[in-house]
Amino acid sequence: MTVKVTKDETPGGKPESVTGDLVLETKGVTLRFGGVTSLDSVELRMLRGEILAVIGPNGAGKTSLFNSLTGAYVPQEGKITFRSGKGGEHSLLGCKPHVVSLLGVARTFQNIRLFGALTALENVKIAAETRLKAGPVSIMLGLPRARKAERESDLKAHEMLSYVGLDSKMNELGGSLSYGDQRRLEIARALATDPEVLLLDEPAAGTNPTEKRELEELIRRINTERGVSVLLIEHDMRLVMSVADRVMVLNFGRKIAEGAPEQVQRDPAVVEAYLGVAPQEEPAAEGQE
Amino acid sequence: MSSGITKTASGGPASTARLRGVAWYQHPRWSRLTAMVAIAVVLTMVTGEQGTDRDIFFALREDFTGPLPWIWLGLCLLVWTVREFWSEPIRKVRRASVAKSDPPVAWVRGQWRGDRRIRQLVLAALVAVAAFAPMGLERYWHQVLVDQIAIYVLLAIGLNVVIGWAGMLDLGFVAFFAIGAYSAAFWTGALPVDPPFELNNFLVIPVAVLTCLIAGLILGAPTLRLRGDYLAIVTLGFHEIVYITAKNVEDFTGGARGVSGVEHFSIDMGFSYEWKLDPLPYYWLLLGFIVLLVFLFMRLEHSRVGRAWTAIREDQVAAAATGVNTVRFKLMAFAIGASTSGIAGVAYASKVGYFNPENFPLLASVLVLAYVIFGGMGSIPGVLFGAAFLVWLPEVLRDYVDPRDRYMYLGALLVIMMIYRPQGVWPSKRRQRELKMATEGTVDGDATAAPAGGKVS
Repeated sequence: MTVKVTKDETPGGKPESVTGDLVLETKGVTLRFGGVTSLDSVELRMLRGEILAVIGPNGAGKTSLFNSLTGAYVPQEGKITFRSGKGGEHSLLGCKPHVVSLLGVARTFQNIRLFGALTALENVKIAAETRLKAGPVSIMLGLPRARKAERESDLKAHEMLSYVGLDSKMNELGGSLSYGDQRRLEIARALATDPEVLLLDEPAAGTNPTEKRELEELIRRINTERGVSVLLIEHDMRLVMSVADRVMVLNFGRKIAEGAPEQVQRDPAVVEAYLGVAPQEEPAAEGQE
Repeated sequence: MSSGITKTASGGPASTARLRGVAWYQHPRWSRLTAMVAIAVVLTMVTGEQGTDRDIFFALREDFTGPLPWIWLGLCLLVWTVREFWSEPIRKVRRASVAKSDPPVAWVRGQWRGDRRIRQLVLAALVAVAAFAPMGLERYWHQVLVDQIAIYVLLAIGLNVVIGWAGMLDLGFVAFFAIGAYSAAFWTGALPVDPPFELNNFLVIPVAVLTCLIAGLILGAPTLRLRGDYLAIVTLGFHEIVYITAKNVEDFTGGARGVSGVEHFSIDMGFSYEWKLDPLPYYWLLLGFIVLLVFLFMRLEHSRVGRAWTAIREDQVAAAATGVNTVRFKLMAFAIGASTSGIAGVAYASKVGYFNPENFPLLASVLVLAYVIFGGMGSIPGVLFGAAFLVWLPEVLRDYVDPRDRYMYLGALLVIMMIYRPQGVWPSKRRQRELKMATEGTVDGDATAAPAGGKVS
């Protein structure tokens, strides 16, 4: 990866500025629910081809950020820009979720949301055929176009299932798969929409150590083999530290740190956010007593 | 995360029951016994003396003092005993026969699943039976078959698209039926206003389909973001609008007096043929419509459209995030359902020749809904059976019970059915799984059960 990160780090753990080929950029995104500010002018700058992790304590606004990026929530203020590799700059703010998906931003959910009564194959096929143009009339009449679309989506779904290693379970119901398999099926479903950016919301939650290792490898493969930029929410720090190129930390809807994993790990503001107190070595980290 | 834990812990109802330490009297077999007793009571009432207006206890006294209730009770208890206590031996025998690949059963199953041509042949044979069997019936049953059964079956397969596949509760479905009927009346010149040119009834069908499609889009576009109960109320309102309009706009629709003199179907291309008062040719025409629509809809069910509908029904948020245009697919389901209803309307208007707004009451919408749910939402054979059986039942009850009581028994049947077999007579596989998951609490079973606006993770 040729990632250019210019570091003009200011003392006190202020976020660095990132320049380069940005695929996803937000400016001053603010999301409020009544009196609660869930996101407070969040600046996200994501480089094409990188793995960016978003971490933070519970309720920090990580999933709210994902929902804002994918059109599920509409932030009151700010700008969300997606620059497609095929050219073209799109504002995702207020976009319908399916439009966001068609533009090339796919996501998975924190609480798995598969179509439980459909088989694994059918789950992925739904995603694979959203770009195909076969209307109800051509399907009812069995026109060649409809049959071709069906074959294409079948092929694509099979490919995606074997990519995540679920090809042996393609005829099992989405709801009856094991937890780790459901996570992978969700990733396969997201990948089948041909995304440029993949948003993974706690993909390792509830998985065992073996599954975690497989997942780590899968995320790397998606990133390197398919060239998909990955935005990752994760609580498992070992996974974050090993897989992420950069880490961004949210707390109370505000970005408090951003940078390379090791650097963020040592950031006093981050430590304070996680442990509640400033560490002994740097008592005046945030100018607080 | 908690859902993952519960999922691994529950290994089916039997093991959970054992875990919870359910006492013997809490076993579901006792509630099934109550159901059988209830069925015995209903059967006694159906077959016994009917009530009179003079003495309200007459039927009660006559029916429940003789041997009749004991006969029915005995039969019902026998069925219950066999099901509860001898089901294991029976299952063992059946399993053994399957294991030995018992020639008839396994062979038939294998043929059915394996060979597409066999399936087509069997279906063709079924259609042939449906076409020729009624020839032996009386004329009265021919009338019932056309005016009621065939029309309601058409309506039911249309409503099945909306509620069974797309999961939208539509209580105003008969409004589109009315629009179809009035379209037929308009284009054949039976309304007080004259059409620009008169059309043959067959040509009215595409026009009526288009009209219903547009009506469906007009209703659907602003309201389909609503869900479940809210959408149901909107469709209810739509039905009232159409019904009252038909009743009050006298200069256009003929008002409460109704419309008369709608022409029959006819062909005039080289040879000419006219469908007249004889119901049988009409029956074959309608059977043709039904077979054609079932054929087209089956293709839809197992295509991207059917899958998208299932996705929307199960989890609208996930479907949208996967790139499914939820509004477009819901509108599509609404429009397809509406146009099927329109076809039924044209056929009905042409067959009866005379109709008025009272032919399209809200009850009809509710009945069609009941047929779909009774047969099994989302399953075409189920819906065909459900509609045909439930329309036939009150007609055949006419000979056994006081005709005024017929729908009471229909009601009793629906109550018993919904308690003990909520998935319907012949449920679709997808729907059955959803119901199972919903009762186990692993997922939301149904989009119609979700709150308006939905949940976002």
